[in-house]
Amino acid sequence: MNNRISAKRRAHSAILKGLIFLCSGITVVLLISLISYIFYRGLGNITWELLTTSRSALKNTIGILPNIIFTFYIILTTLVIVLPVGIGAAIYLNEYAENKRLVSVIEFAAETLTGIPSIIYGLVGYLFFCQRLKMGSSILAGSLTLVIMVLPTIVRTTQEALKTVPYSYREGAVGLGATKWYMIRTIILPSSLDGIVSGAILAIGRIVGESAALIFTAGTAYTLVTNYFDALGTSGGTLSVALYVYVSEHGEFNTGFAIAAILMMIVLFINYSTKLINKRLKKDR
Amino acid sequence: MKNAVEKFMNGLFFICGIVTIIAVLTISIYMIISGLPAIKEIGVWEFITGQVWKSTAADPQFGILPFILTSVYGTLGAVLIGVPVGLMTAVFLSKLSGPKLSAAVNTAVELLAGIPSVVYGLIGMIILVPTIMKTFGLKNGTGLLAAIIVLSIMILPSIISVSRMALNSVPPEYEEASYALGATKIETIFKVSIPAAKSGIAAGIVLGIGRAIGEAMAVMMVAGNVANMPSLFKSVTFLTTAISKEMSYAAGLQRQALYSIALILFFFIMLINIILNVILKRRAGR
Amino acid sequence: MKKAISFITIAVIIFASLAGCGSSANAGTSTESATPPDPSALSGSISTNGSTSMEKVIASLIEAFTAENPGVTITYDATGSGSGITAASEGSADIGLSSRALKDSETGLDATVIALDGIAVIVNNANAVNDLTIEQIAGLFTGEIISWSEVGGADIPVALIGREAGSGTRDGFESIIGVADACIYDQELTSTGAVITAVTSNEYAIGYASLSAVSDKTKTLTVNGVMCTEDTVLNGTYAIQRPFIMVTNSGKEPSDAVKAFMEYALSSAATEIIANAGAVQAR
Repeated sequence: MNNRISAKRRAHSAILKGLIFLCSGITVVLLISLISYIFYRGLGNITWELLTTSRSALKNTIGILPNIIFTFYIILTTLVIVLPVGIGAAIYLNEYAENKRLVSVIEFAAETLTGIPSIIYGLVGYLFFCQRLKMGSSILAGSLTLVIMVLPTIVRTTQEALKTVPYSYREGAVGLGATKWYMIRTIILPSSLDGIVSGAILAIGRIVGESAALIFTAGTAYTLVTNYFDALGTSGGTLSVALYVYVSEHGEFNTGFAIAAILMMIVLFINYSTKLINKRLKKDR
Repeated sequence: MKNAVEKFMNGLFFICGIVTIIAVLTISIYMIISGLPAIKEIGVWEFITGQVWKSTAADPQFGILPFILTSVYGTLGAVLIGVPVGLMTAVFLSKLSGPKLSAAVNTAVELLAGIPSVVYGLIGMIILVPTIMKTFGLKNGTGLLAAIIVLSIMILPSIISVSRMALNSVPPEYEEASYALGATKIETIFKVSIPAAKSGIAAGIVLGIGRAIGEAMAVMMVAGNVANMPSLFKSVTFLTTAISKEMSYAAGLQRQALYSIALILFFFIMLINIILNVILKRRAGR
Repeated sequence: MKKAISFITIAVIIFASLAGCGSSANAGTSTESATPPDPSALSGSISTNGSTSMEKVIASLIEAFTAENPGVTITYDATGSGSGITAASEGSADIGLSSRALKDSETGLDATVIALDGIAVIVNNANAVNDLTIEQIAGLFTGEIISWSEVGGADIPVALIGREAGSGTRDGFESIIGVADACIYDQELTSTGAVITAVTSNEYAIGYASLSAVSDKTKTLTVNGVMCTEDTVLNGTYAIQRPFIMVTNSGKEPSDAVKAFMEYALSSAATEIIANAGAVQAR
């Protein structure tokens, strides 16, 4: 076969093949170096003191416990609001909607929301939640802003999960006399649970990595507040925000890398969980 | 009774459904209402083409051309680097690698996508900026070049995953026909598969452009944030970083000017989204 | 389904236990020995917002104050002087923090000076220069002097590191040196710490930062022969200085907690704390 291909073509192919391998190699090397460097500089700096105390100016020590708690609270608050609304929207789109045009308008709106950069969310969140609704810089304002940011993700993944429920389930339920809501509640939702959970995990990943939107709406403070309801009204920086503050404003690179390593571990965990769930989904079918 | 519950749930879900529409409308309306006053006062032409931004000077000037050009050049640069690397990697994943290697590289790509932007900014600050300073013998390492490199790494995952899916869905008959006509694998890829997947690849590129033009945090940490006209080795300010830098303390006309910058940015993004939708619709129509 | 239930149960348990925890702003920071809580203890929350230069001073004051008044929660957002003033006038913060005096255009606000801070002029540790006059500083920052050799250093270019336009530090520096609106920086950063970081890693750099934040990561220059220390700031021989002020909204009646905190900052108990943080309590 080879002697039928001219030398010029062979050379051409070889060069392009080399290019392909080069580029893929760059991508892989890039990723491995990034992750290794973060862990190399970060893991050593994750001390017990860092994780369990707050920043003390008097003792000149750094602790990120408040930021860990704020991150947890923001994730909780955002999920508590966005899951019902997102799942509800997906149920509407998949099960109830009659008007095709309305469906495409809603889906277009969701697509648009994903494309809006986080700094515009931060700005509008600041204008609307912090100023107009007088929430000030607070965890609640930050959560509400994040709700709108991750809503499309939840809607999309729940829609796909709902779509995988076989039609026969629905027909069977209707045939037995169930109302729509009853059928959704007892048959469709339980079957789509895995997909919904995977969407929630993706949303958590997005929330944890978010910084621009939160700096304007939830602030950068690091005062320890453990009571959940007090925290809702307080300004507080999450881990990503804390990373930015410690690195840009304090020059504390070691702390920055420690937080980066923690964030990487969260990302790895999220990716792994999503894969596991998707594998389970494929098996069940 | 059952009917009442049914109707109620129907209504509830309907409300959930239109939340997205309400959100988009609210955001758009807020952007337009906040952004128009300053544009009116400064004058559309002076605002968009003015080359000097001195928002807190005694005689303030609000020209945002430096920001617009920096965002455009920065995105262009990121695309020029990111698209070839990303597309070639997607080709590798889709056509040339075995399943195990594909899975491994795919995991790598997904991880890149999940890294928060502040982490990219951190590494850019610690490694990239000093390296640029030493390599080019400059007195200052922050600038457009650093931002372009960081942005191109950040848009790689979007380009790779969408292109890979597009390449995967090229009908195998096309490729088999090409082999039957005597083409090598590489020739088939470049002359048949890639053109066949071109609208999917275009969608991936548009996605990457959207991500690059909207990035604020990582860029703020490596770009230097001075309102210069764009130049590779001078500190520059993007549309996004102009907002984040001055937002918290701006007042009066300066603050409204920042809202106007956000409006311009919003407009660019909407434009990109519409283009994306048109491309996708054309593709689905086939 | 079972997995989901157990997951939700665990989440609820964690949530409930945290919600049940008292709102102790102290858990994790040091408390001195057991001072019995005052029966008429202060409580409430205070939001402070503003100057990044005041970070050490404010953080120290907050820590010491809340150690004695555990019922009060005080947060601090480091956003820059201009932002702090805006926050105070809009009411989104109880106390705005500014490292410059209020301008005439900033009305409706009360300013309380709590400390004086020197603005140190810093260069990289590798720079040979040790002292500059104010004229030389002005020349460097306006771009008239383009090589370090003109002021006694090596023949290398000058990289100017400065702050964003709303910064109190920048305002103080530029007005005292006399270069307002005339500086063309190589980088404009949004906090005192960021300037220090940039100067640390760039041998061509010169910048300005709050005395309370500088350390031996950079070299502090003497200005007209005078070193920037708390004493020279206090007796005025170090020229480049500015006040740290707490800004409150004149139209809003401050809460008891806010009043107590501001009094604490002005009291003799705070003198050593402020001094340790690198500034000088205003007399």
